[in-house]
Amino acid sequence: MADKKKLVLDPVLENNPVILQTLGICSALAVTSSLQVSLIMCLALTSVTAFSNLFISLIRHHIPGSIRIIIQMVIIASLVIVVDQILKAFAPDVSKTLSVFVGLIITNCIVMGRAEAYAMANPPIPSFLDGIGNGLGYSALLVSVAIVRELFGAGKLLGVVILPTVNNGGWYVPNGLLLLPPSAFFIIGCIIWAMRSWKPKQREKVDHQILHVQVSEHA
Amino acid sequence: MAEEKSIFSNDHPFKIVFMAVVLCLVGSVLVSAAAIGLRPQQEANARLSKQTNILQVAGLYQSPSTVGSIYNERIEPRIVDLRTGQFSDAVDPATYDEVVATRDPAMSDALTKDKDPAQIKRKAHYATVYLVKGDAGYETVIIPVHGYGLWSTLYGFIALKPDGNEIVGLQFYQHAETPGLGGEVDNPSWRAQWPGKKLYDGDALKIEVVKTGASGDYKVDGLAGATLTSAGVNNLVRYWAGQDGFGPFLKNLAEELAANG
Repeated sequence: MADKKKLVLDPVLENNPVILQTLGICSALAVTSSLQVSLIMCLALTSVTAFSNLFISLIRHHIPGSIRIIIQMVIIASLVIVVDQILKAFAPDVSKTLSVFVGLIITNCIVMGRAEAYAMANPPIPSFLDGIGNGLGYSALLVSVAIVRELFGAGKLLGVVILPTVNNGGWYVPNGLLLLPPSAFFIIGCIIWAMRSWKPKQREKVDHQILHVQVSEHA
Repeated sequence: MAEEKSIFSNDHPFKIVFMAVVLCLVGSVLVSAAAIGLRPQQEANARLSKQTNILQVAGLYQSPSTVGSIYNERIEPRIVDLRTGQFSDAVDPATYDEVVATRDPAMSDALTKDKDPAQIKRKAHYATVYLVKGDAGYETVIIPVHGYGLWSTLYGFIALKPDGNEIVGLQFYQHAETPGLGGEVDNPSWRAQWPGKKLYDGDALKIEVVKTGASGDYKVDGLAGATLTSAGVNNLVRYWAGQDGFGPFLKNLAEELAANG
């Protein structure tokens, strides 16, 4: 039981796919300018990761090693197309805003990373939970970034006015940079910095250290 | 000699091909089922979105729930033959798709560079216009327009008074211009310039998108920071209002309505 909880919660704070492993950054930049769109994207990615992990884990003993990546891609791509079709049918406006980024879940490193690193070697239920956990980790970051960007960039949250902007007769001068993709880089950077200061264990080891080696003289 | 591998071992070529084929089949069945099962819902969404846009450009839009009923009650789609400028019954407005027809050589003409200021490349023979019925005859006529901006083809509608001259509204329902710059063609305060402007002065096409300082009945301010999108809007409005677009039709319609009423 504790293991299952750990599977779901670990990727949120301790081993976040975006913050610690810096995966899935591209969609985190693209879709976070509004909170509603981010929430739908999180839901889409979480369900794709969970179900692709589940299906890949179910057939993991029958996947030939030589074509395993292709098999993972076929499963992930089919799921993503299904999710895209569902969004087009039930959330047409959001689907229009997300446009290609739903399709690009296929190439999201988190989905394939979890399939290859976890589902290929673990039973179905833990794999499914691992997918949910990593989806939640991605969601936690996306939602935080989207809150900052929509609140300070447009003065709104989920379309509800929180800070009335000057253009509409209020007092708040919105920060236009926050609505452009590069701002997500800065926000993600700050979050990574904050997380690593809070949990120093997450700091990466230095790759190349300059060593002070005494060169012994030749006799 | 090496030990013969079992046909069911994961490394055996049979197993590899078998897994690949089975997964592709399962995947394609899943995808097709989703696509076909959800198509009616998706088509309903597309229809609702188009009807919403038509009502918005005509100034009749109230709320999402009333779109269908107002549309059915007030809007009458008709086919226009762009070559003659007359209404036509050659195709059924319920099923006619101008985008599909534009790709069909039998249903459209290729345009030469000098005849194609809106950069649409091909023009269909028929177009769907929407007439808005009121208590006393037709109140508005809505013509579809499209043309190239900076990054994308802009698709939209222009709503006109039955005189075929005074603009009631202009709205784009599909484009991919830069958000915040060219994308501001969607901004209500920019679109608010259009109502009341006129296309023609007598027979001369006068409507124009200018850089700044628009005044009078025929000039509209372009978008700040979006010179090419503004030029695209100018070109497409002038093209579709002109002799090669709906010009002859609008003239015929105005004469017809004036004769009847």
